[in-house]
Amino acid sequence: MEHVAVLAARAEREAGGRPAVDKRMTAEAAVQLIRDGDHVAIGGTLYSRTPMALVFALLRQRRRHLTVSRPLACYEIELFLSTGALDRIVSSWVGIGLPWGLAPIFRHYVERGEVAYDEWSHLAIGLRYKAGAMGVPFLPTLTMLGSDLAARLDLQTVTCPYTGERLAAVPALNPDVALIHAHRADMLGNVQVDGYRHMDVDMARAARTVIVSAEEIVSPEQIAAHPDRTMLPHFAVDAVVAAPHGAYPHECYGRYGPDLRHFDGYAAAAKEQGPAAGLRYVEENVDAHADFAGFLAAAGPDRLAALAADAGELTPR
Amino acid sequence: MSDITADIPPDTTGDITAEELMAITASRLLADHKVVFAGVGMPLLASAVARHRHAPHLTIVLEGGIIGTALLPGKLPISTNEMRAAYGAQMLTDITDIFLYAQRGYFDYGFLGAAQVDMYGNINTSVIGTMERPRVRLPGSGGANDIISLCNEVLIVTQHEPRRFVERVDFITSPGYLSGGDSRARAGLVTGRLGAVVTDLALLDFEPVSRRMRLCALQPGVSVSQVRAQTGFELLLSDEITELAPPSAQEVAIYRELRDGPVAVTVQTP
Repeated sequence: MEHVAVLAARAEREAGGRPAVDKRMTAEAAVQLIRDGDHVAIGGTLYSRTPMALVFALLRQRRRHLTVSRPLACYEIELFLSTGALDRIVSSWVGIGLPWGLAPIFRHYVERGEVAYDEWSHLAIGLRYKAGAMGVPFLPTLTMLGSDLAARLDLQTVTCPYTGERLAAVPALNPDVALIHAHRADMLGNVQVDGYRHMDVDMARAARTVIVSAEEIVSPEQIAAHPDRTMLPHFAVDAVVAAPHGAYPHECYGRYGPDLRHFDGYAAAAKEQGPAAGLRYVEENVDAHADFAGFLAAAGPDRLAALAADAGELTPR
Repeated sequence: MSDITADIPPDTTGDITAEELMAITASRLLADHKVVFAGVGMPLLASAVARHRHAPHLTIVLEGGIIGTALLPGKLPISTNEMRAAYGAQMLTDITDIFLYAQRGYFDYGFLGAAQVDMYGNINTSVIGTMERPRVRLPGSGGANDIISLCNEVLIVTQHEPRRFVERVDFITSPGYLSGGDSRARAGLVTGRLGAVVTDLALLDFEPVSRRMRLCALQPGVSVSQVRAQTGFELLLSDEITELAPPSAQEVAIYRELRDGPVAVTVQTP
């Protein structure tokens, strides 16, 4: 397991510039900030507020030797696997979603030992990002003790200097890059989301580089009208990408539901053909289009409108 | 443990599925004015049934950062991290925060399913075979390890089959009583305890000293030998083994409405 020295991560932040400038760029330009071998943390969780526009742009680049971390990982992991992008997965759960059973492409690579899967508990992943975000090397917790997960990860314990109690010491995680999808951002990188925040705030604050895509780019005045909704300040964000429907086919709280029919098609092909199906999915849905807008156009406005109606029924006005 | 059985007529349609039986049996274990941290699937359904029947003040918490969800009948979530799971919620926070409420001791029940569970209540959702040579790499813990480590009382609901009820799990993803006795506490897990295991054949708990799984009650019409035959280890038997009340017509109706949505009124036309 990699242990990023937390003071080194801090020193980088100390030295880094924080210009309050226009950070808007295309997804294609933003993912140029990611290099072979990087640890990329993907925001949202499972099929909720996944930064798909950024994920697709990264898939198009065919980076190699990446580590990807995510609280719960969905089929985007299989797309990275199928294109040979990954060396390691850091997560607490990897699948497609309950109705689709086990993820066949994930099984293919991990069961053969071709790609490592560091399995942590869900809270432990969260505390790893949180420690990274707090600028401390670890956080103590009562979870993961006694399990084979802890043994396999060589998780260490600490003794409380005040009470003598023993706790698990979950190490900080400072990803090289965090990809986050949000509801709104201004050009400076002030970021707002509606609904649940998953682990996005800690993940972003822990990361060395933060790329945010947003459903809408709004003015700084619109951000200031509701400052309580801002989850990341501009100085913690490096790039801002306009990406309406940027989580599709996954959901975006209050905006659109997940396209489960799209999942059905993917899962059936993956079950039948394994990694070849994952690669074909990328060729047909990513490579075939110049950008994410092309993929959305192929899905069609009617489909997107129906998913927006689903969200309207489920969330408060 | 409480068993709030209905003093109303049993369901007589006779077509109750194993899943319905398990969810309804489990729902009776949840008392009003408590907080339950439920996994997706049967635990969530059982919690919802309890809330719609005998426990209107039961607060359902989901790991997506959702507190006090109401759920829309017929639109149950397939993930604990999506809009359907958040329908009617009282509070939305983040994932880590939800687990920290558990660590603080706010959650009366943790409610889990299990791919494989052993005689000490250890759960495996990581691998069939060994990590070095996996036969099947399963998705992993998700929040199960945290729920079983941090919630005050943990309930497990799963189908009763020998391949699920094994003597030792292949891998301890989520620690129950580890190797029994005080081994859980010695490992540093000073919080949480395992309450009941609910299956389509029986209701079980853990004997207080050895911490081994113990048969307490049978589903209607099921025999002790049937339960033994479906269990891959030697079960302890409670001094008095009772029979569970069958699902009532009301419980079945509530369950099906939650799952399928409000029943459409069909008008007979001549």
